[in-house]
Amino acid sequence: MAFLEVCDLRKCFGETEVLKGVSFTMEKGEVISVIGSSGNGKTTLLRCLNFLETPDDGTITVGGKRVFPVATEEEKTGGNRLTFGLVFQNFNLFPQYNALRNVTLAMDIKDENELRAAGVKSKERKAILKQRKADNVQTATALLERVGLKDKLLNYPCELSGGQQQRVAIARALALSPDILCFDEPTSALDPELTGEVLKVIKGLIDEDRTIIIVTHEMGFARNVSDKIIFMADGVIEETGTPEEVFDAPKSEKTRAFFAKATEKE
Amino acid sequence: MDFITVTQSLFEGFAITCLIFLLTLVFALPLGLLISFCTMSKIKAIKGVFKVIVWVIRGVPLMLQLFIVYYLPGMLSPTGLNPFGKLDNFFYFNLGIDNGGALLATLIAFVINYAAYFSEIFRGGIESIPRGQYEAGKVLGMTKNQIFKKVVFMQVVKRIVPPMSNEIITLVKDTALARVIGVIEIIKVADMFASKAIIWPLFYTSVFYLVFVGLLTVLFGFIEKKLSYYKV
Repeated sequence: MAFLEVCDLRKCFGETEVLKGVSFTMEKGEVISVIGSSGNGKTTLLRCLNFLETPDDGTITVGGKRVFPVATEEEKTGGNRLTFGLVFQNFNLFPQYNALRNVTLAMDIKDENELRAAGVKSKERKAILKQRKADNVQTATALLERVGLKDKLLNYPCELSGGQQQRVAIARALALSPDILCFDEPTSALDPELTGEVLKVIKGLIDEDRTIIIVTHEMGFARNVSDKIIFMADGVIEETGTPEEVFDAPKSEKTRAFFAKATEKE
Repeated sequence: MDFITVTQSLFEGFAITCLIFLLTLVFALPLGLLISFCTMSKIKAIKGVFKVIVWVIRGVPLMLQLFIVYYLPGMLSPTGLNPFGKLDNFFYFNLGIDNGGALLATLIAFVINYAAYFSEIFRGGIESIPRGQYEAGKVLGMTKNQIFKKVVFMQVVKRIVPPMSNEIITLVKDTALARVIGVIEIIKVADMFASKAIIWPLFYTSVFYLVFVGLLTVLFGFIEKKLSYYKV
């Protein structure tokens, strides 16, 4: 059984069927790039995996455990949600917090929620959280150093460039150590000269054998780093395979047309 | 009538003005937030009811609302007694001013009226926060409450400071309406001098308002500056 199994995922927005039965599997440590032109369901697929959209039909299983559909709201917001991490196209950092706090906030809240769920008394909880908070600052500092922002810990998002903001967002997603990290067009909102620094950080994560799904328009990058390419068209997976198979010898007419257009632009 | 005596009397009235102002703020701000949640409710019935309430409260003159709150309960009660009348000795601030019942009625009317206005400011602020902020909170495992408290609230505060300061400055001067049901606030005190053909205290009251609003303006400027370290 594969680590991640997505089976026949469907999603409609009103009359528009955006996902028309998407199925794929993924092993631990694999990197999948999802490509295809805009409006073909790539982002919706990622949002379904992260529970930002509720699929109309289909199942999602991680490590043998069903994460969708689940019986209760609690299961959804509980541990399952943190199986996946998501880095947004527009970063979505919290503007009122500095880089460090952006990373530690969710860690602190996760600790608090866990202690609450375990029924630890308020007084005890405060004492434990104080210690954990200090640990979280250490962890977050290390993460921000790893994405090359050692000297920007106390800067606010409005003081950072797009590339720096996206790197903070990556550190923030890593902080909760998700099993599967998803990137939704992580460089699409960036100036061309800033995409390099973000792609370099993602490449670093890939070299650590993390399990990663990237929705991207960076064809060169997708080809270099992925174990598997998924080409989506019209709400279904039109073609899938190794980068060599998909890029060099596309079987589908739609895939060929997409690459022809993509290279035309370049 | 000498300047010092008039000033002293006006200060007594001004204390009531400040009291109405402060208590209205203390209760109307949280109530306004609550109403804003109701007008944004996903449950259509709640949303509809509160939209109508906000429409009525913003649509009827505050002065009329004062009359309604003060007189209607008495007219509806079987004894025909004004319940606020009994409270006339309840609030007695040792100011020689005995208008406690009317003061309570004023507070009720003001809190409801201002909460309605505040609720629309809160709603505007909350709805202006990009969806991505909620989504970021969600994927980071926060509950709805945690997202509101830790992520959204401070961004809303920053956005609503300018419209709030406008509304709060209006409140300072609206307190003068309370005299229509017999609250002896600063204008009413000056009016009592005027009825003895001494007009200048009436004009003099403007100094009190100007200084008060001046202080508020400085305070809001300070808050805006304090919040300028981030952009939303």
